[in-house]
Amino acid sequence: MTEVVGQETEQKLVTLTIDNRKVSVAPGTWVVDAAKQAGIDIPVFCYHPKMEPVGMCRMCLVEVGRPMIDRATGQPVLETDGSPKIKFGAKLETGCTIPVSEGMVVRGYTDKVKEGRDEILEFLLTSHPLDCPICDKGGECPLQNLTMSFGPGQSRYIYDEKKRLAKHVPLGDLIVLDRERCIQCARCTRFQNEIVDDPVIGFSQRGRALEIVTFSEPGFDSYWSGNTTDICPVGALTTVDFRFGARPWELRSEASLCTHCPVNCNITLNTRREAKDGGRYVVKRVMPRQNEWVNEIWMCDKGRFAYHYTEPANRITQPMVRKSGQLIPVSWDEALAAAGDQVNKAGGKLVTLAGGRVSNEDYYNLKQLADKAKGQAFLYSQMAGGDLVAQVGLGSGSNLGDLGPGRAILVIACDFEEEAPLWWLRVKQAAERGAMLIVANPRRTKLDSHAKYSLRYQYGEEAAVLHAMLDSFSPKRPDQPESVKKLLRNDSLKAAAQEIVQAENLVVFYGSEGTDLAASQSLANAAANLLIATGHVGRPNNGLVAVWDKGNAQGAWDQGLRPSQDLATQMKDAAVLYIAGADPAGDDPQLAAAVDGAQFVIVQELAMTKTAQAADIVFPAQAFTERDGTYTSGERRVQRFYPAVPALEGTRPDFAITAQLASAIGLDLEDKLASLAFKQLAAATEAYNDVDYGKLAEIREQWPIVGRADVYYGGTTYDNKQGLGVQLASAAERGLSPALAFEPPKERATIANGLIAVPVSRLYDRGNTVVPSRLLGTRLESPQVVLNPEDAESLKLEMGKPGKVKLNGAQIAVTVRIDNSLSKGTALIPRSLGIPINGPTPIQVEA
Amino acid sequence: MSEYFLLRNREIPNIDDLVIYRQNKGFETFQSAVTSMKPDEVTEIVKASGLRGRGGAGFPTGMKWSFIDKNNWPHYVVANADESEPGTFKDREIMESNPFQFLEGVMLCAYAIGANAAYIYLRGEFWQLAAELDRHIEYLERENLLGDKLFGTDYSLRLYTHLGAGAYICGEETAMLESLEGKLGQPRLRPPFPPSFGLYGKPTVVNNVETLANVPLIVERGAEWYRKFGTEKSPGTKVFSLSGNVEKPGNYELPLGATFRELIFAHGGGIPGGRNIKAIMPAGASSSLIFADEKALDTPMDYESVPNVGAQLGSASVIVIDDSVSMDWLIDKTVHFFAHESCGKCTPCREGTYWMRHITERISHGQASWDDVILLNEVANGIKGKCLCALGDFATEAVMSSIARFRSDFETKTHAAAETIEAKVSP
Repeated sequence: MTEVVGQETEQKLVTLTIDNRKVSVAPGTWVVDAAKQAGIDIPVFCYHPKMEPVGMCRMCLVEVGRPMIDRATGQPVLETDGSPKIKFGAKLETGCTIPVSEGMVVRGYTDKVKEGRDEILEFLLTSHPLDCPICDKGGECPLQNLTMSFGPGQSRYIYDEKKRLAKHVPLGDLIVLDRERCIQCARCTRFQNEIVDDPVIGFSQRGRALEIVTFSEPGFDSYWSGNTTDICPVGALTTVDFRFGARPWELRSEASLCTHCPVNCNITLNTRREAKDGGRYVVKRVMPRQNEWVNEIWMCDKGRFAYHYTEPANRITQPMVRKSGQLIPVSWDEALAAAGDQVNKAGGKLVTLAGGRVSNEDYYNLKQLADKAKGQAFLYSQMAGGDLVAQVGLGSGSNLGDLGPGRAILVIACDFEEEAPLWWLRVKQAAERGAMLIVANPRRTKLDSHAKYSLRYQYGEEAAVLHAMLDSFSPKRPDQPESVKKLLRNDSLKAAAQEIVQAENLVVFYGSEGTDLAASQSLANAAANLLIATGHVGRPNNGLVAVWDKGNAQGAWDQGLRPSQDLATQMKDAAVLYIAGADPAGDDPQLAAAVDGAQFVIVQELAMTKTAQAADIVFPAQAFTERDGTYTSGERRVQRFYPAVPALEGTRPDFAITAQLASAIGLDLEDKLASLAFKQLAAATEAYNDVDYGKLAEIREQWPIVGRADVYYGGTTYDNKQGLGVQLASAAERGLSPALAFEPPKERATIANGLIAVPVSRLYDRGNTVVPSRLLGTRLESPQVVLNPEDAESLKLEMGKPGKVKLNGAQIAVTVRIDNSLSKGTALIPRSLGIPINGPTPIQVEA
Repeated sequence: MSEYFLLRNREIPNIDDLVIYRQNKGFETFQSAVTSMKPDEVTEIVKASGLRGRGGAGFPTGMKWSFIDKNNWPHYVVANADESEPGTFKDREIMESNPFQFLEGVMLCAYAIGANAAYIYLRGEFWQLAAELDRHIEYLERENLLGDKLFGTDYSLRLYTHLGAGAYICGEETAMLESLEGKLGQPRLRPPFPPSFGLYGKPTVVNNVETLANVPLIVERGAEWYRKFGTEKSPGTKVFSLSGNVEKPGNYELPLGATFRELIFAHGGGIPGGRNIKAIMPAGASSSLIFADEKALDTPMDYESVPNVGAQLGSASVIVIDDSVSMDWLIDKTVHFFAHESCGKCTPCREGTYWMRHITERISHGQASWDDVILLNEVANGIKGKCLCALGDFATEAVMSSIARFRSDFETKTHAAAETIEAKVSP
């Protein structure tokens, strides 16, 4: 008996015979999947285990026999020996479209089936060009593999009659289509349609002329386009990033994690030594790595393409110390001595500031240093609630892939696909499986089309929405502000609240749509209250998830770092300002001024950011590709990443730099092995007590089967051999009952005449980790302001035309955009486009 | 035939005028059904009559109606007016000249299965016909024969026409549904079949125009009356579309069971120019070629007898081939048709018809050897039985049957080609 991952084991299994082997699987399983589970290969092209079958390519044709039933009596017909008589169909049938039935007999080894496979391959090869010597797919190509296994060795087709088609058709800037290689299996169009709801490519024409075209402008306008190159069974779809880059068999692979967003997708870094780069190892491409609890087999294009910032051309390779106003390269010893000296003299006025992409080990050492020096340890972020997530977050055993009927999901103040694409995807799929989805946001986002309830509110009222929901089914408090009372009149909101109460599970995601730190705190608090009041804490698939702005914010919170309520003042007044992996000076002129105001600034960074340029001492740090460490995802899964390329000479990992710095004040921290730093961290942090690098490297069999020998089945996503990670138990799960802490929501800020700008997030912003990937260039958002149509008209501004915005003391040239679902009086400013915005703020816009 | 049941325009002038149609009991049956019969009763009559689908598959119509899933609503009727099989032009005459009998058939079917909306899918080239049908439908609405709460009952019904855009594959019922839904016209997987999962995923009956045109008289006069015509297993009359090498091509309504000889010689006037009949294609381009010997000519044209001569009756679009035609030329034509019309969804049809086309071109242009003929047959064999829908199989029928039964045509052609090449090569 073969067990299927993720299925209930109590249901009655169906037993059938495939190639003379008895197989028992869950009812509803397709014959090809049943075979695969039993270790029998039925070749496929168009079928993919994550998508609905279409039976198009006809590669999986097998002989199918079913027990005969006497029509008159309804009884099975038996052979002389008492076994059921099996009737085989006159024609071969496609194994991908037939669900298993009791007593079915499937034969894939007969001559008829072999001829069928040979013939289908011969048909495909009549049009397919002999590109193997120059085709990127060679070496990981299902067509190559299946031809070797089942296909003809010689062609009967006349070469001159082969159809000639276009060989490099750009589908947008990122993906290239080769029309001659395409076998019209529709995996790409079905993926875009079915899985990621971006039907921007499709078929045109018919018959032999059937071809893929893109409907969007820019072409293939989707955050998921790279995945189609993984599942394409031939070299028809390739990425501009990797095209003609290397042969798959030349590549080494290492497990790693994407650091851009709090999903922490599991990835594989493929590397190769490059002569043109002086013989060093270069990351040639980023591929998804299978983890059915996190990202399944997918990844978004930002993670796939925005890794070039780790390359040497960008990087600092020597410590620097400011002498006579200039930053001069010095030795590590000199720099560490100078820095240590300053830290020693800081006397409680040490302020450490870390960005959200730094690893757990790095945060631990930073916090130890700050505590020992009686200074501050801040996380560079405008989001709150990480402590609440530790209390009532998703606990062990949680898996978004398990959510379905009877389970509820609430997503509030979040443009989900922009802020955490893989969670958008998993929540959308949960809704499609029957989970009850509530989306609450001031404007429409892509997730709304899958929501049962779409709740609209004004920017600033996010916490009020949750208070209103809570109030609608629990005794009403008399001191509720007007905003809550108004929301309580919304019938949809009340109906949604009722369903939440009755749901077996509730997961609440909160983002940062239009919020600053105070609003985020209010929101997280209200969300935690809602979960506690409805009893949705302490059990798997229940709890609070923060859609953090960066990959390891949860890890920072777990280590005790907190955002500062007034960062500018804290930095300005610092005796020593120690910044790791953050660029406040580059983000905001007011913060730049604060950095300048600090007495002594130490920066550890990958590149010479504006903040590094303002520093007194600069330490060159290592990128995630060059070292190991751990991150904690927003779902509180701790995962390991491994070094894929040797560290750039002259650089050290963040935790090591901090440890070496800390020795100046007599603190002995781990500075060699991340695993040992983690060991100390785990001992000191209750939730992490049972976790170590060994446990993090454990793996399990996953379904569907993907990877090297099975590329034809699941695609070229890498199988996971280096660790699935460990999901931490929430405090509630460990029996520490969380307390309700009611905090009345604040009234939203309004101004009588004029616009208030609020910050929103976009996936393709102009952050330091994105811009160096030049292939994304045209896709990056340009500085813009988004207005309601009436506001735009009254200011004489037009869609797509230039404008100027004045806010927070800065004046920036922007492009004007219009959003019909935006309410009057509010302007949206996307973050990280060079326009300084931290929260709701008055703004002036003119032509 | 003293009386026409389908091509009644040939007996009753101006029956395409609603007034005249109503003078000939037009829409009385529909009214009586809606006001005094249960929907299932209508289905039972059609079932008992033994009427079989006239689109080519010959599936028992009443049985199809009874398969409709009563637990899933709403229901739809889709009339297949795509008529794209080469050699078929019967539905066109019915819709042009006896339109109201067809529409009444649609309406009775809708009532029988509980549909409140019916769609008529016409091939794009019938845009003028669709405009006429729209006018007829509008007329019926003004006469309160279509619309809300008909005849004082709770039953409402509306009819809509929809145009295709020049694809033969959209005559395949599930491809037609896809096209109606605004998607690419490619067939769906079956099962599930339209009576359980049809238009927009709802239970749908798809019937051919001629099939539906039979319904009013069956419901009016009863199943026993209908069974007086035709044969036991293929009751009723059929409109045969006769074309090819005959004196009088056209539509002929005859009882099922009439022989090929009768159709081709008695009605069609025989072969012109003193030539001899060579082959018969009973089902348009999708046919197997029947070797036209005496036995074949005396074969009754019904669904069970035609297989005795190695073919299917299909849509009864009888194309007559005389001895001036060499089969390699003929199959080049049919293969060109199928290669052009293949939707491209499944590998064997998409690649196979394209490959066959190249081979038949070379053979018919005298550029092929006997090995190519063998290859052609093997390619056809490779396609057969492996495709997602029937088009792929149909593409192989003429090819394989002509190579098997008219082998000499290919031998002659390839020998001549070999001689020509040799003549060019040797000085």
